[in-house]
Amino acid sequence: MTQGTFGNPEIVEYKTDILIVGGGMAACGAAYEAKRWVGPDVKVTLVDKAAMDRSGAVAQGLSAINTYLGENSPEDYVRMVSADLMGITRDDLVFDVGRHVDGTVHLFEEWGLPIWKTKETEGVALKDGGKPIRSGRWQIMINGESYKTIVAEAAKKALGMENIFERVFIVKLLLDAKEPNRIAGAVGFSVRENKIYVFRASAVLIVAGGAVNVFRPRSTGEGMGRTWYPVWNAGSTYAMAAEAGAEMTMMENRFVPARFKDGYGPVGAWFLLFKSKATNGFGEDYVKKNAHMLADFAPYDKAAVVPTCLRNHAMLHEMKEGRGPILMDTPTAMKALAANMTPKEVKHLEAEAWEDFLDMCIGQAGVWAGMNIRPEETASELMPTEPYLLGSHSGCCGIWVSGPEDLNSPAEWKWGYNRMTTVKGLFTAGDGVGASGHKFSSGSHTEGRIAAKAMVKFVRDNKSHAPAFKADIKAIAEEIYLPVRNYIEHKDKTTHEDINPHYILPRILQMRLQKLMDEYVAGVSTYYQTNGKLLNMGLQYLTMLKEDSLKMRAKDLHELLRAWENYHRIIAAEAHLRHILFREETRYPGFFYRADFPKLDEANWKCFVNSRMDPDTKQWTMMKKKHVDLVPKIYGGAKH
Amino acid sequence: MPTFVHTEKCDGCKGGQVTACMYICPHDLMKLDVARMKAYNQEPDQCWECQCCVKACPQQAIEVRSFQDWVPMGGAVIPMRTDNSIMWTIKFRDGEVKRFKFPNRTTPVGSIDPYADKPPAGDLDSPLLFTEANQRLPVI
Repeated sequence: MTQGTFGNPEIVEYKTDILIVGGGMAACGAAYEAKRWVGPDVKVTLVDKAAMDRSGAVAQGLSAINTYLGENSPEDYVRMVSADLMGITRDDLVFDVGRHVDGTVHLFEEWGLPIWKTKETEGVALKDGGKPIRSGRWQIMINGESYKTIVAEAAKKALGMENIFERVFIVKLLLDAKEPNRIAGAVGFSVRENKIYVFRASAVLIVAGGAVNVFRPRSTGEGMGRTWYPVWNAGSTYAMAAEAGAEMTMMENRFVPARFKDGYGPVGAWFLLFKSKATNGFGEDYVKKNAHMLADFAPYDKAAVVPTCLRNHAMLHEMKEGRGPILMDTPTAMKALAANMTPKEVKHLEAEAWEDFLDMCIGQAGVWAGMNIRPEETASELMPTEPYLLGSHSGCCGIWVSGPEDLNSPAEWKWGYNRMTTVKGLFTAGDGVGASGHKFSSGSHTEGRIAAKAMVKFVRDNKSHAPAFKADIKAIAEEIYLPVRNYIEHKDKTTHEDINPHYILPRILQMRLQKLMDEYVAGVSTYYQTNGKLLNMGLQYLTMLKEDSLKMRAKDLHELLRAWENYHRIIAAEAHLRHILFREETRYPGFFYRADFPKLDEANWKCFVNSRMDPDTKQWTMMKKKHVDLVPKIYGGAKH
Repeated sequence: MPTFVHTEKCDGCKGGQVTACMYICPHDLMKLDVARMKAYNQEPDQCWECQCCVKACPQQAIEVRSFQDWVPMGGAVIPMRTDNSIMWTIKFRDGEVKRFKFPNRTTPVGSIDPYADKPPAGDLDSPLLFTEANQRLPVI
């Protein structure tokens, strides 16, 4: 075969049975589980656009595992997740994660992840009765700088490096030629060589994370990459699934984390472990003070823990009324903790406070160092960030999947294999699974394992099927390299290759998307408000942006990576916009407001919103899906 | 908050095709200037400041400088990572230096044997993961 060139890439075809698209926690869990179930006749392949040791949302590390049930029941976990996400989650999916997750955390510990224990059980593994240091009911503290490298080592060894493609970015899923609505593989390109990779597979797991930098970030200039969720999460999971015709769910949901201002440092340990209080600029507890406002969103305001969006809602009220800054009172918390401590213990406390950032958000430590902020001396500002789309943290947008078969759930929640989407053979996990948030790192790994086992079963049951591509691979290859073609064809027509009427730079296209989403789809500049009129205008502009995306340029493979990431961002953004437009209520105040429907409307909208884009006509269909509680929900002592 | 590379320390990973920083950066930012055999961040405003490249650099040639569109100058956060711990040096703008050391792994790097002492694959049609052999799963 001839060597590919920038203008004429080599097309490499590869046949596998199970294809894992992504390299993060869910992908690592899937690799680990799948390989144990398959015989030598079934091939499992993983494709990651980065290097598995440091890819995905846990690349930097974490200071806590946020989902470890321990003494709690899966039913309680289901209740917590439902309440935080304002009542609309899939109990079957959440319960399923809850009943499997602890075993996965035990594996992490066995592999070498240091987990904090109480003094009495120091050195005792969790599975042998060691008691974790809990920062909250569901969270346990870890020394997690190397969390991802540890989990990746297990996955890589399980799978074998010969079955792993790093630095290959999958950009499209491929449908089957003979059977409509069936997966046949995926296609992408190397970011290191002039190669297009075409993978033929019976079952595909799409686990490529959530969507970041869809909205204009609060940061400017050099800070634009210092996002809260990883900047490389480009909405690829949602975009590729939607374009393949998979039914999406709850894409109107988003997450607006309130974090330490500018560095996006985590607040969980400060609130839960160090018992710190957040106040408005005048020392008032804004959640207590605005409790009456939250009552408009009953019964969820009566949840055991006030839902994240409602806490944001109270915070935003203070900001709008001019009572900022919102402050995390770290000095008072540290003083209170230090009151009964020896000097050595105080020193340890200080180290713990810094480790919380250094393990997972080093940038915040940089902000503190640059501003001479010492938490024992100076309170720190909090700020609600730009919106993020995700399904594994305190958010639940994603893909509609079939759930576990052994739970007493409605038939329409279990039409196929566990975690299979509405496209036959296409599975997802982690950020990809909609209507079931709060999985975090451990839950995503667990869900990857659940999906992987179901995929092995699917492959076993479909042995006779030989996937064939509906699309013409040559044409797809042309489409993938279109930004390169645009560049080569037009670059010499102007005196500077960056300013050229024939093409648009991926980074400029991203800015246009961000401005649009910010101003029309409830970003930070409107205090997260929008309405039907704004959304419809936004959709018009987004349609033009989508047209112009065909004119992106790529002067090298790195820019080609950015071009396709930004294309994925546009599709994820479109799904988000259309869902917000469809749901005529305000279910997540503090995350976004439909100003024309400012109230929670349980009678009409206590339901899932699903959507599907027809892969042939590209037309979207929006639909309501009935919501059912499998676990009774209790608010303020009363059943709901 | 971009990474930057000290000119005198970077050796371009001694002429390798892919430097350690290029290999590891989750966002494909680090690039080797082949003419000079020095690495650099090709897209500084996309840097997550995860320090994965800083930790991986065999020459300790890479550092992160906070984003200058907001953070005052003079601070620094510098990791020194080994196979079982990480040492952090924090330099404040006003000159104070703090050091913290944390464990990061309890087993030797490369020692994971993923399926050692684990049950074999059981019933593919049950909802049990392979590590859960003979367990009873709760249901609703």
